[in-house]
Amino acid sequence: MIWSELLIRYGEMSLKGRNRKVFIQKLSENIRRALRGLETVKLKAERDRMFIYASPEELEQAVHLLKDVAGIQSYSPIAQCESTVESIRSTALGVFEHEETLGRTFKVEVKRTDKSFPLVTGELQKEIGGTILRAHPDLKVDVRKPDILLHIDIRETGAFLSARIYKGAAGMPVGSNGRSLLMLSGGIDSPAAGYLMMKRGVMVEAIHFASPPYTSEKAQAKVEELARKLSVYGGSIKLHIIPFTEIQQAIVKQVPENVSITSTRRLMLRIADQVRQEIGALAIVTGESLGQVASQTLESFTAINAVTNTPILRPLIATDKLEIIDIAKKIGTYETSIQPYEDCCTIFTPASPKTKPRLDKVEYYESFIDFAPLIEEAVKNRQIIECTSESNPDGDFSDLL
Amino acid sequence: MIYLDNSATTAPDEDVLRTFTEASRTYYGNPASLHQAGTRADQLLQNARKQVARLAGDDESEVVFTSGGTESNNLAILGYAKKYRYRGNHIITTEIEHDSVRKACRSLEEDGFEVDWLAVDEQGVISLDELKRKLRPDTILVSIMHVNNEIGSVQPLAQCAQIIRERSRAIFHSDCVQSAGKLALPFPRYADAITLSGHKIHGLKGTGCLLAKPSRLPEAISYGGGQEDGLRSGTVNVAGAAAFAKAFRLATAEPSADHMRNWTAAMHDGLKNEPRLRILSSPDGAPHIFSMAFKGLTGEVAVNYFQENGIYVSTSSACSSKSSRTSHVIEAVGVPEEYRKGAVRISFGRSNSAADAERVIEVTKEFLEMTKKGMKQHDME
Repeated sequence: MIWSELLIRYGEMSLKGRNRKVFIQKLSENIRRALRGLETVKLKAERDRMFIYASPEELEQAVHLLKDVAGIQSYSPIAQCESTVESIRSTALGVFEHEETLGRTFKVEVKRTDKSFPLVTGELQKEIGGTILRAHPDLKVDVRKPDILLHIDIRETGAFLSARIYKGAAGMPVGSNGRSLLMLSGGIDSPAAGYLMMKRGVMVEAIHFASPPYTSEKAQAKVEELARKLSVYGGSIKLHIIPFTEIQQAIVKQVPENVSITSTRRLMLRIADQVRQEIGALAIVTGESLGQVASQTLESFTAINAVTNTPILRPLIATDKLEIIDIAKKIGTYETSIQPYEDCCTIFTPASPKTKPRLDKVEYYESFIDFAPLIEEAVKNRQIIECTSESNPDGDFSDLL
Repeated sequence: MIYLDNSATTAPDEDVLRTFTEASRTYYGNPASLHQAGTRADQLLQNARKQVARLAGDDESEVVFTSGGTESNNLAILGYAKKYRYRGNHIITTEIEHDSVRKACRSLEEDGFEVDWLAVDEQGVISLDELKRKLRPDTILVSIMHVNNEIGSVQPLAQCAQIIRERSRAIFHSDCVQSAGKLALPFPRYADAITLSGHKIHGLKGTGCLLAKPSRLPEAISYGGGQEDGLRSGTVNVAGAAAFAKAFRLATAEPSADHMRNWTAAMHDGLKNEPRLRILSSPDGAPHIFSMAFKGLTGEVAVNYFQENGIYVSTSSACSSKSSRTSHVIEAVGVPEEYRKGAVRISFGRSNSAADAERVIEVTKEFLEMTKKGMKQHDME
């Protein structure tokens, strides 16, 4: 490998004004965490870009690890050499050794900050382009839309060559936009919703409702697995597991079957709101998508939302199931989500839930039970699990594979 | 003994064996089971799958674990033919494929598919012009092996891919059983799907996979419980999959096969001027395979002589070594009649050294010297 460093271009955070420092700091933290296994890594953050220095092998690994870090627009491996025509020539040839050339086009682009360099931009372009063409006769020049753009940056400190641009995850650094509580069910949607918010810079904690013995330990393990998979994008996720059996039984006993789902969701939201307050988060994130199920109609949202004024963020509200599946597959949660374990919403699902529940009626049914102490109890008895990508109790089998 | 039959099979790596026994012992659950023993086995299986895809260069690749090269080749040839039959019934392959491709294509011919068999030159390499001419709008599958198992010829898959893509919508499959771990694989850049086998890369027999680009999977050709996305029914060999992933990782971690190229080059050099000996491999061929043929002798005699001198080699290929018919590869590269029965293959693996190549040169010369007696005068040159 001839690469000496990685150049990282910031996402839209480079547009921000006075907060820029915070963004850059968060991004540095997140990159350090993503690359923590690599020992030779050094980071240098500048105003509009960042550099990563490491051994050639670790740089190669870093290329792989950076693709999930939110806040990076794109990144390129850079080869550094002396600012002489000869060494630029040989480095350029080295760069092209790693490129597929058959049937592809290229262009050389020169930026000459160091004006003392003997050749002017056009001359150097011609010189290097010619050298590459002679070594790779199967390449063609295309100055408009080249497949490979060899960028040569000539500065006082040396010449910097790059030919590849990797797309980053874009968005904003996780943690730069506050903290929210994600309602994580175990289905396909909620992890996707969490990911989208994290990509917008939101630090996420998660809440899950368990109803043993109706829900199994496997169901909970599955949710922990989802949280671990999500944590790849933000470092670590606290998962709050709420014992929900008693409340669900109370609902089943008191509320007519066709609106029991509405009440269940209302109580979940009340509990989530209380946890949110305790952890100092500002919003609640859900994986709801309009019209997907009975509890996700506008009427249902109205009846459910009435229990709180906290902002409820629903990043998937206008997406289709297939689009959500695409996101879940991309972030690696889909395979886990489709495992067939019952969760607390699926076991008490009525045969024909109301798609247009009326708030006044739901409130009336619920008024016969004082849920407040039950909620208090559930929040108090919650189990908190710290989920990080390396906290996997099952191990990643790296000793075997 | 010096083992020089690595294209037939390789000695399993100790670490691969450890993976297999540990995985068998600890993760014996059926990955389709719901309980924890099952889900743990499934996690191991999925991790193995991910590792193979990542090492192949594209995390999104589909990995279908199979019992090895033959099954993967059958799945590819028959499965793609079945899947794309609606598009056409024309298939292109070469005259020097492994029997698992060749005979699968033959069976398709019997089912009404039209198969074009690309000829090879003396070096065992196909002609790109012929490929160009044979491609048709109704060509649904092109299968070209990367490295030939008998003579080590390497096909220009990059150029093939370009031609195929320009002229057809055909799936491009390549049997990479012999090239894995030795040459850069054509996947995913050139080929849509490739066949890999564990026991040729110091893994275990009965392990391997078909690697395919996402959404480029064949149709199933066997039926059952729907494991491996329905493409390979039967309780999954989790320990085998893990062992394959391990072997594949060790093989891709090897720096390069340049050292083997030096050894084959030394044999080319040392044996090129021997009378009654014809070198079948090209110096530009695969770095680890060297094939030669003795005039008027059978390969079996040579194999025995080498064995007496402490070296295991094979006749043209292990699969065909016990049949008296001349190998189709030897015929395809136009070896003169009097050499055809005398082919011997030397193939290097991880445990070999330059000294082994030197020893082969010596023993070959001795063998030629010894067999000189009893040869008729006109056979001597």
